[in-house]
Amino acid sequence: MNSLGNNPKLLLRIEDLTIAYKVGILSFEALHEISLDIGKGQTLGLVGESGSGKTTLALAILGYLPESGRICQGSISFGGQNILTLSDREKQKIWGSQVAFVPQDASSSLNPSITIGAQMMESLIHHTQISKTEAQQRAIELLELVKIHDPELVFQSYPHQLSGGMQQRILIGMALSLDPQLLVLDEPTTNLDMTTQAAILELIQELVQQQDTSILYITHNLGVIAQICDRVAVLYAGELVEEGPKKEVLGSPFHPYTQALIDSVPKIEMNKNKNILRAIQGNIPLPLERPTGCIFLPRCPIATEICQERPLLFSTTDGRRTRCHRWEAIVNREVVPTQPQLEISIPEQSPEETEPILEMDSVKVGFPAPRSLVDVLRAKVPTAVRALEGINLTLSRGQTLGIVGESGSGKTTLARTILGLVQKDEGQIDFLSIPIPSRLEERDLSTLQNMQMIFQNPEESLNPFMTVRDALRRPLKRLLELKDAEAERRSRELLEMVHLPQGFLGRVPSQLSGGEIQRVAIARAFATNPKLLLADEPVSALDVSVQASILNLLIQLQLENDISTLLISHNITVVGYLADVVAVMYLGRLMEVTDTRDLFTPPMHPYTEALISAIPSMDPKIKEPIRLEGDLPKPTELPLGCPFYSRCFRSLGEICQSQEPPWQELPGGKRIDCHIPVDELRSLQVAQGDPTTEGGIE
Amino acid sequence: MTRYILRRLGLLLVTILLTSMLIFAITQLLPGDIARIILGREAGEQALEALREQLGLNDPVIVQYGRWLVNLLKGDWGNSFSTDTEIFPLVMGRLRNSLMLTAMIFTLSIPLALFLGTISGLNEEKPIDLLISMTSLSLVGLPEFVTGLILIQVTAIDLGWFPANSSIPMQASFGEAFPMLILPALTATLVLLAYITRLTRAGVIEELKKPYVRTAMLKGLPHPSVIRRHVLRNALLPTITVIAISFGWMVSGLIVIENVFNYPGLGRLVIFAIERRDLPLLQSVTMVTVVGYAISNLVADLLYAKLNPKIRLE
Repeated sequence: MNSLGNNPKLLLRIEDLTIAYKVGILSFEALHEISLDIGKGQTLGLVGESGSGKTTLALAILGYLPESGRICQGSISFGGQNILTLSDREKQKIWGSQVAFVPQDASSSLNPSITIGAQMMESLIHHTQISKTEAQQRAIELLELVKIHDPELVFQSYPHQLSGGMQQRILIGMALSLDPQLLVLDEPTTNLDMTTQAAILELIQELVQQQDTSILYITHNLGVIAQICDRVAVLYAGELVEEGPKKEVLGSPFHPYTQALIDSVPKIEMNKNKNILRAIQGNIPLPLERPTGCIFLPRCPIATEICQERPLLFSTTDGRRTRCHRWEAIVNREVVPTQPQLEISIPEQSPEETEPILEMDSVKVGFPAPRSLVDVLRAKVPTAVRALEGINLTLSRGQTLGIVGESGSGKTTLARTILGLVQKDEGQIDFLSIPIPSRLEERDLSTLQNMQMIFQNPEESLNPFMTVRDALRRPLKRLLELKDAEAERRSRELLEMVHLPQGFLGRVPSQLSGGEIQRVAIARAFATNPKLLLADEPVSALDVSVQASILNLLIQLQLENDISTLLISHNITVVGYLADVVAVMYLGRLMEVTDTRDLFTPPMHPYTEALISAIPSMDPKIKEPIRLEGDLPKPTELPLGCPFYSRCFRSLGEICQSQEPPWQELPGGKRIDCHIPVDELRSLQVAQGDPTTEGGIE
Repeated sequence: MTRYILRRLGLLLVTILLTSMLIFAITQLLPGDIARIILGREAGEQALEALREQLGLNDPVIVQYGRWLVNLLKGDWGNSFSTDTEIFPLVMGRLRNSLMLTAMIFTLSIPLALFLGTISGLNEEKPIDLLISMTSLSLVGLPEFVTGLILIQVTAIDLGWFPANSSIPMQASFGEAFPMLILPALTATLVLLAYITRLTRAGVIEELKKPYVRTAMLKGLPHPSVIRRHVLRNALLPTITVIAISFGWMVSGLIVIENVFNYPGLGRLVIFAIERRDLPLLQSVTMVTVVGYAISNLVADLLYAKLNPKIRLE
């Protein structure tokens, strides 16, 4: 059975695929009548949020569905055979050699107790019966191919000795080792830093051009799709809702869901003062409560009578397909398929009339390096790791201060220092114009009330056994010392404030979705009417469509409650969108502090430039991308001068290595910590191509 | 690695020194006058005083401890109060017997438990897993003296396969002792089996869920080789540590089993010393036990470090 026979350009054909999972006595569909083709040498991007079935589809293509998965109908033809009917032995023959897989979580996808070399060699030896020496040579070549600097050393290393970016490169190298025809990549850059992601994406692009491999690239990030794919398929609740060439689909989508996805992420240079994001209303339907008509009907802004019927996958213009009854109306611009916009008007504040809420003056935090018994006996004092140094920042009333930087930049340590969870060694922190003690235990009740936090991972920050009521009441009773009746009344108010129904009070976190849990976490943070909210990556663990509604909620609450926010994120577009003032951090130090309006305008610190350049964008040809070399240096081996020296692409040499850079102030309040004079930076960066001339989406 | 071993050895010595103090202190606190225990109720005050002087019991405690420790290191462990023979050869002979029994238990139980645990883990919740789990769990519920007596009744008395009594002669070679080791070792195996099987099963189940197993499978490696090369290597880590630690228990903690089978190991010697209030003997046996535990802990840690690259490189 070979339905590919008459089309030599086709590599993979999925026809009418429906897959269900069995949980106990229930069975629910994860994928519903999916039909997709991947051509030879083509890169297909698969977009979807959690629950869309994108991982199930990837596993089905690999023939690696879990035991609870059942194929209800359909076929997957690959190289003349139906993958779904292959025996285990037949699958083992094509795994690794014809189809290869690159997973999301690189660190746990490598065996921790076997060396990289041995892990790379085993499939080579198994599939091709080459000798050990040949396999070793080939493995080292592969490490070079994926641009590992010291392949011999890495060959002998164990996974935990390598950075996340290197682990991901190794997995890509491993997947390519036998020149497979199809490469399935499941969110390979989602857990990586922005600059690392950019480098990995570039590597994948290069390899695609060299090797003529077909790729299925799964991601929730439309910017990534735009950068590396030829075509894009959009999955929603187990159904293929739109498919076509990436430029057309992302440029003028034919399905309201695709449009909503594009609208719900902040683009580069967008700011809350100018653009309010359009969030998708409602939730993704539960697996057992799928609507009988169009799957997107409950959330669709342009639904009509006809949408009660299930739409076909219409073939439209230019080889595009969409599962929307109203696609022609969309094409002819009779309707605009955008989600309704929240009405928030943000008054522009002028900096003069604002009073400071939080002031940090020369704050320094060091972590002692580990001492061995011998060190203790020798009375040797180890050099402390500088976690934070020279932090001078001011957050004004009603404003949002954004802190951006990669992992290891010290942004979370900064938040923990402000909260009193980490003790500062030097410097002063003034909160509401009064110096506050370093230690949480020494702070008075009103300081605790006035400073609250939202964490990155909502599931982990709420006690799984506590109901929403308990979670909300706890700060009310502990910090505000409210009586039961009063606390109950306030809890109800809080839920209303974050747009959740009162019925949620009795629920525990496992009965809520990720976005709902984050709303509860926000309600809990607002319980004591704080003056300062610390938000550590408040949206990065959430689905794209949920992110927008949480961002909008934060903006709205900040306005209504006269609150100031310290926002921490690795995502410079999110920070640029939400913040009024942005501080860029690298290895525990400030590199640049700027008004958000000037964030994307030269001159800027070379590190900021690299971060902006790393944003995956619609049209990468406009500028020569900046890629940082190597990994973060160890905190114990910092250069004497600028911490960014070892990776800086604009370094002046000697002076940057040996002398601390000066702070250069610009009119407008921007300050840059760099040896290169601002005028020179400006002319260099303008010559490079203004990075803001195109609309990157992320 | 060398640094790591040296550090662990240093810690081992500190541990042993501290416990030696503890053992000495506890025996000092025990009620009863040693001189009176030796000479009996009827002894006169003068004779008692002379003996105390002779044994050094009138010296300050710290001097007594120092002397005890130095003698211990020299191998001069003194004479037993109750048998009036030298302690050192007595304890060493018993230690040898205990080690023989331990070797036997290890040979019987470890391969079986690892095998059963792996089978169980690979077939989670399937009939074979349930069978193995239920059987080993119900066996562990039975006290050792019950399983021991049943084994004696069935295999020794009814079937006559093995000797019922395991009182091997002093200096018996392993070959001579072998038939008598089987039943006590089998009894201990039944106790250990459930424990190690459960642990292995849990390890295998946990590792099978890890993404690296998927990576290995999707390389197209045959299933058995994925299990052997990838899963077991990580799954057995915690088990190996527990096995090494249980070594200490087998050397000196098999009191019930040794009694049931009348086996002359260290366990029975402890009971003997306690019953006779034989202080020097008790101190010596306890010290040997402590050293045994300390070494088995060290071996456990070193094995873990050897197999887990994350620790090796510290």
